[in-house]
Amino acid sequence: MKLYEFQAKDILKKYGVCVPRGKAISHSHDASKIFQEIGCNRCVVKAQVLAGGRGKGGGIQFANTPAEARTSAAGMIGTHLVTRQTSQKGIEIKYVLIEEAVSIKKELYLAITIDRSLQTPMLIASAEGGVEIEEVAKKSPDKIIKEPIDLFFGIHQFQVRRIASQLGISGISTACLNNLITSLFRAFVNNDCSLLEINPLTVTMYDELCALDAKMDIDDNALYRHPEFEHMSQYQDLSPVEVLAKKYKLSYISLEGNIGCLVNGAGLAMATMDIIKLHGGEPANFLDVGGDASLEQVTQAFKIILSDSKVKAILINIFGGIMKCDVIASGIIQAIQDVGIHIPLVVRLEGTNVDIAKKLLANSGLSIISANNMKEAASLVVKASK
Amino acid sequence: MSILINKDTRVVCQGITGQAGSFHAERMLEYGTKLVAGVTPGKGGTTHHGVTVFDNVLDVVTNRRANASVIYVPAPFAADAIMEAADAGIELIVCITEGIPTLDMIRAKKYLSNKKTRLIGPNCPGIITPDACKIGIMPGYIHKRGNVGVVSRSGTLTYEAVWQLTQRGLGQSTCIGIGGDPIVGTDFVDILRLFQEDKDTWAIVLIGEIGGSAEEEAAEIIKQEITKPIVGFIAGRTAPPGRRMGHAGAIISGNKGTAISKITALKNAGVAIADSPADIGETVAKVFEQTRFFE
Repeated sequence: MKLYEFQAKDILKKYGVCVPRGKAISHSHDASKIFQEIGCNRCVVKAQVLAGGRGKGGGIQFANTPAEARTSAAGMIGTHLVTRQTSQKGIEIKYVLIEEAVSIKKELYLAITIDRSLQTPMLIASAEGGVEIEEVAKKSPDKIIKEPIDLFFGIHQFQVRRIASQLGISGISTACLNNLITSLFRAFVNNDCSLLEINPLTVTMYDELCALDAKMDIDDNALYRHPEFEHMSQYQDLSPVEVLAKKYKLSYISLEGNIGCLVNGAGLAMATMDIIKLHGGEPANFLDVGGDASLEQVTQAFKIILSDSKVKAILINIFGGIMKCDVIASGIIQAIQDVGIHIPLVVRLEGTNVDIAKKLLANSGLSIISANNMKEAASLVVKASK
Repeated sequence: MSILINKDTRVVCQGITGQAGSFHAERMLEYGTKLVAGVTPGKGGTTHHGVTVFDNVLDVVTNRRANASVIYVPAPFAADAIMEAADAGIELIVCITEGIPTLDMIRAKKYLSNKKTRLIGPNCPGIITPDACKIGIMPGYIHKRGNVGVVSRSGTLTYEAVWQLTQRGLGQSTCIGIGGDPIVGTDFVDILRLFQEDKDTWAIVLIGEIGGSAEEEAAEIIKQEITKPIVGFIAGRTAPPGRRMGHAGAIISGNKGTAISKITALKNAGVAIADSPADIGETVAKVFEQTRFFE
C-alpha cells in the first residue's frame, strides 16, 4: 500500500524528521487560509498523486500570495495529472499539499528498502538528489551509496560516517544525518515499510536536513497489525473495480486487451497472459484468485471480469492445489446465474477435485468451451475473441 | 535417491487442526508421507486424522523423532512457528503460509543463520519426492517417479510443468517450490547444487518469474557448477513494468528483474528456454533426446 506524500510526512514528523510546515486540503477555498497559517512569504502547492514526475506535469507550483495559492489549488483539484509514470488519462487530483517553500542549498537522495538478494533492509543514498534516481544509477552507478542496515543493531556509527563523507557532509551536519537515518529506520521498521524514500532531502540555508518529499510504501502483508492505516486506504487512487477486487482479496490489474483471465496463482496467471499473447491475443487483465479462494471470491472475480466492457472472451485457467476445482466451477455457475454471460467462455481445469468440477460444469447446461491443456485453451480463447 | 526428503522422512505438521493444515495433512497421509505428529498449541493430547497432536514442536522431536516440519500456521504466527521448529532441531522446515510480513521473515532467517535447519518457503507449495514423501499442498496424482528435478518460484505453474512432464512419461526425482516472497529460506542456487549432486536427477527444470534477481544469480552458478541439462521458463514476459516495485527497489535490481534479463542470463548459461508455458514438457523431452544422441 502506497501512502500519499502528506500522509508519509505526517508519520515522519512524529519520528522527529524535519519536514516543511504545511497542510493537505481537498477544497481550493481553504488554500489561502492555509497559506496564512503557515505564515511565510512563499508556498508551494503540490498535487497529491501516487506517481512520480509531478513537477514536469504541472503538479508542483509556487505561490507568493494566498490568492495565488488558491488559484493554483483550484487549477489542480479535480483535474487529472498526467506524468511519465501515469497512463495517458492521468490520475485525478483529490488533494493538494500546501507547504512553505524551503531555501535549498543542496539536494540529496536517501531511501530505505528491502534488498531481496542480501535479505536485509538497505539504505540507499546519493549526493545527486532531486532528480530521477534510476537515471543516476544508470549513468553513474558510482554515485549511488548502499549500506545494509542490520534489523537488530540498526545503523552503525561507522556507516553514518562513511555515508556522510561520500555525501560531502561534515561537522555538525553529520550528527544531523545520524539522527535522521536513525529516525527514518525506526519509522521504516515500526510501520512495516517496504520502501521509504526521501527525494529530495535538502540541506537548507541553515544546514538543516529537511525532507522535501516523502514516499512510503507499506508491506501489504503487515497491514493486519496497522489498523491506523485503515482509514488511509480510502484515499487510494484505485479504480472502482480495483477497490472491489481488493475488498474480496483478489489480485487484479486491469490491462489494455480484450481477453479476460481468471487464474489461480500469480505465476500461472502471468504465464497465462504470456501464452495468450504468444497466440496473438491481448489479455484484458491479470487476475489471481489466490491459493484457497472461497465460492464468494470466485463469483466476485468472475463478475469483475464480466463487468469490463472491453472483454470479448474469457479464459479460466485453474490448476488446483489448495484451490479445489469444484469451488471454481460452482463460482462460475453462480456468477453466470446471477449476472448472465453473453461472450464466449473457455475453461481449462486440472488438479484437486477436477472430476467433480467437470461434472458440475457439464450438468449446468451452460455453454462452455472446455480445453484439455493450456495451449488449446489459449488458441481457443484467442479465436473466440476475434 | 532424491534430494532433501525420502520415504524415511518423519514429518510434523504445525497447524494441523486449522482448515488448510487439516485438509492437507489428510492428503499427505493418503500419499504415504510419514506424518508422525501434529502441533497446535493448547490441543496437545488430542488426535486428528489418527495423528497425535502435541502442544509444541520440541515434544514431537523428543517423542516422535520428527526431522521435518510443514507449517500451515496463520501468517501473524508463522515466523514464530518457523523459529520454534528450528529451535527444536528440525532439519527441514517447509512453510506453506502465505502473507508473512517481510520484516518478520528477515528476523526469522537471521534466527536460522546459526542453525543447521533448512527452510523452504514461505508462500510455497512445498516439496515432493514422488511415490516416497509429499510435504505440502501439491496434488499428488500429477507426479510420477523419475529423473527430472523441478525447482520453481511459483505454485500452480509448477503443477502445470510437472503435469506436462508426467503426461510425456517423464518422471521427477524431486519437485520443489521455493516460494514467491521477497525473502525465502532456500533459493534456486541451493537447490541446483543439490540436484547436481543427486545421481537420480538427470535433468533440471527451473521455473522463474519477473522481479528480484534470483534467476540471474542462478544463471551465474549454472555457468560455473551445473553440468546437467536445464530447461527454463520465465513467467511474466507480458507483465506491465513497475506495478509493484518502488524506486529504491528498482535501483537494487538495476536492470535485473525483467523477464528479458532473466531469459538472456539463463540462455547465456546454456539453459534451454521454453518460450511458451505449454512447451515446458516438450523442451525437456527434446533435451533428453539430444543427451541420448550424444551418448
